[in-house]
Amino acid sequence: MSSIGTGYDLSASQFSPDGRVFQVEYALKAVENSGTAVGIRGKDGVVFGVEKLITSKLYESGDNKRILNVDKHVGAAFAGLNADARHLVERARDEASSYRHSYGDPIPLRHLTERVSGYVHAHTLYSSVRPFGVSIILGSMEQDGPQMYLIDPSGVSWGYHGCAVGKAKQNAKTEIEKLKMKDMTVRELVKEVAKIIYIVHDEVKDKSFDLELSWVGEITGGKHELVPPEVFVEAEKYAKEALEESDDSDEEDL
Amino acid sequence: MASVGMMTSGFSPAMATPGMSFQDMSAEVSTGTTIMATEFDGGVIIGADSRTTTGAYIANRVTDKLTKVTDYIYCCRSGSAADTQAIADIVKYHNDFHRMEMGEEPLVKTVAHMFKQLCYDYRDQLTAGIIVAGWDKRDGGQVYSIPISGMLQKMPFCTGGSGSTYIYGFVDSQFKPKMSKEESLQFVSKAVSLAINRDGSSGGIIRLAAISKDGVERFTLTGDQLPKFYEDS
Amino acid sequence: MASSSMFGHGNTTPFWTGGPAPGQFYSFPGSQQAAAQTPAQRTLYPVVTGSSVLGIQFEGGVVIAADMLGSYGSLARFRDCPRLFKVNDTTVVGAAGDYADFQYLTNVIEQQVIDEECLNDGFGYTPKSLHCWLTRVLYNRRSKFNPLWNTYIVAGIEDQKPFLGYVDKIGMAYEATSLACGFGAYIALYQVAVITKDGVDIKGPIKSETNWEVAHMIKGYE
Repeated sequence: MSSIGTGYDLSASQFSPDGRVFQVEYALKAVENSGTAVGIRGKDGVVFGVEKLITSKLYESGDNKRILNVDKHVGAAFAGLNADARHLVERARDEASSYRHSYGDPIPLRHLTERVSGYVHAHTLYSSVRPFGVSIILGSMEQDGPQMYLIDPSGVSWGYHGCAVGKAKQNAKTEIEKLKMKDMTVRELVKEVAKIIYIVHDEVKDKSFDLELSWVGEITGGKHELVPPEVFVEAEKYAKEALEESDDSDEEDL
Repeated sequence: MASVGMMTSGFSPAMATPGMSFQDMSAEVSTGTTIMATEFDGGVIIGADSRTTTGAYIANRVTDKLTKVTDYIYCCRSGSAADTQAIADIVKYHNDFHRMEMGEEPLVKTVAHMFKQLCYDYRDQLTAGIIVAGWDKRDGGQVYSIPISGMLQKMPFCTGGSGSTYIYGFVDSQFKPKMSKEESLQFVSKAVSLAINRDGSSGGIIRLAAISKDGVERFTLTGDQLPKFYEDS
Repeated sequence: MASSSMFGHGNTTPFWTGGPAPGQFYSFPGSQQAAAQTPAQRTLYPVVTGSSVLGIQFEGGVVIAADMLGSYGSLARFRDCPRLFKVNDTTVVGAAGDYADFQYLTNVIEQQVIDEECLNDGFGYTPKSLHCWLTRVLYNRRSKFNPLWNTYIVAGIEDQKPFLGYVDKIGMAYEATSLACGFGAYIALYQVAVITKDGVDIKGPIKSETNWEVAHMIKGYE
């Protein structure tokens, strides 16, 4: 980024001469500093996995979750600034609740994504506000199948079969691309997601991390929830074994 | 709120005054009515009489009580004509936005919910008994009843208005689930016709509509086209 | 000068015509209320109504039952109105009275439960907390002269013990080992919910068996 410091990066309401909004690009940087979050949409549901980095042993464990519920049928996983994300999720909850009140039906995820990304986008237009330092993945189970969308700090959103955000997003995407997720069930995918999080975790730079796993689909009766303990243990075991195997083969190569 | 043959019958003290002076123009313009809707294999049939009264005076003898909300969803209105028209207009307005925002036709359930929300929130000010019926690609043909109090109930078929009380026996004995479109049209026209014969506040002609994936088909039964029963021959 | 005709005994001329009088409403001249002598009207009667709800505690749980009829005056208008609402795995609410108000409160509770689950803190509604909340909502509404026209029975399990509570439209509430409200005149179909430590099980619609044998033994009226 050669133009840093040329004076066009102080406000979200001003373009640089080459047509960029630096504040938004800095917000993306904030996302890339965060632990990785992965979402995969299979044939019967969506699975989320998050690498939650533990920066101090003194923290209470299990706090500051990075997978949250927006509505019964909608879950959110995010990478970026925790407080920004919580605000955004709170906004998403209000949107979902308001839709239920007005139309007596669960909010369609495509619509929820439009509403939330519109809100995110509004924060890239004014000098008085800062863009959100968050990329948020929304997943749900609907009458016509599972849905998954990703919202960027710029307010842009895309629908995905598999996506990753955070520091190891490139590695994670490469791993996701190896999967035939369209033919896979969430029961199979939850293990793969755990494996990807373990694979992309950088043991040298980031010491310890908590794995968070959630799913929504037919298996949960359409509700988004953290995976039950026995599924979690099984997935984590699968991930660790896969990691050891690849470590062994790496050594053989040497 | 003196109005003969409204759905409030049984609760409104004004009901107990048959033969109310027809000069009583302070009476509310009301669709003392027979309305009906039924699911069939592939859609819904809706039907209504065409009488609007102001006290004992027939303010309109060719009323259209089948009101369009979207291309695939209609409502049948009973109670105060002013109230139900206003509600239908508001719901239509909201729905036109909703359709654009969602990029597809609204669900019947959604439209019914919007009617019920208005009817419940303003239940003390409104006199409205509404049937919402239509077709959507998710749930097919559906019928929802929203009576005076603003409750919402999905039903396989439904009658409403002052005339409905006279035909419960008929409809309960004749309704069968998954009837064909033709059978259902017969069922509704017979029921409405019987109600017209016994209810002084219902009358005129029968308006019918069939709603399915192909949209709306409307029918009008006048004079000699009305179903006949033993007394009529 | 005070004349005897003004204060004298037997004088029938009113002391102050058109002014305030004891025991009567007085409208100040030019006030907005002068035109509206009748008081404002709010929900004054239930319309589509549900009748009986029964609840009984037993060793290790609670049973709650309600018929599924939605009456319109004496007309048996809606025959498929479930009046038991499962709040979560420990709590069920049953309601008698206005069905629209029941649907309204059901939607409110449903959203509250979603908000509660989103917090993901391991807490949720318990029978006691929901019962307590209901007393506040109903008392609040009656204090605005706009009651929710229902009687609610809350059933569930809390601290391994069965709970059964009652709240009516004015917010009057109590707990008991068995409760009943309403009177089902045309019971056709009904639901029963059994709440034990293993969760909530709502059975039904169930059809009730009737016995009319006695009719054959009756002739005349003496």
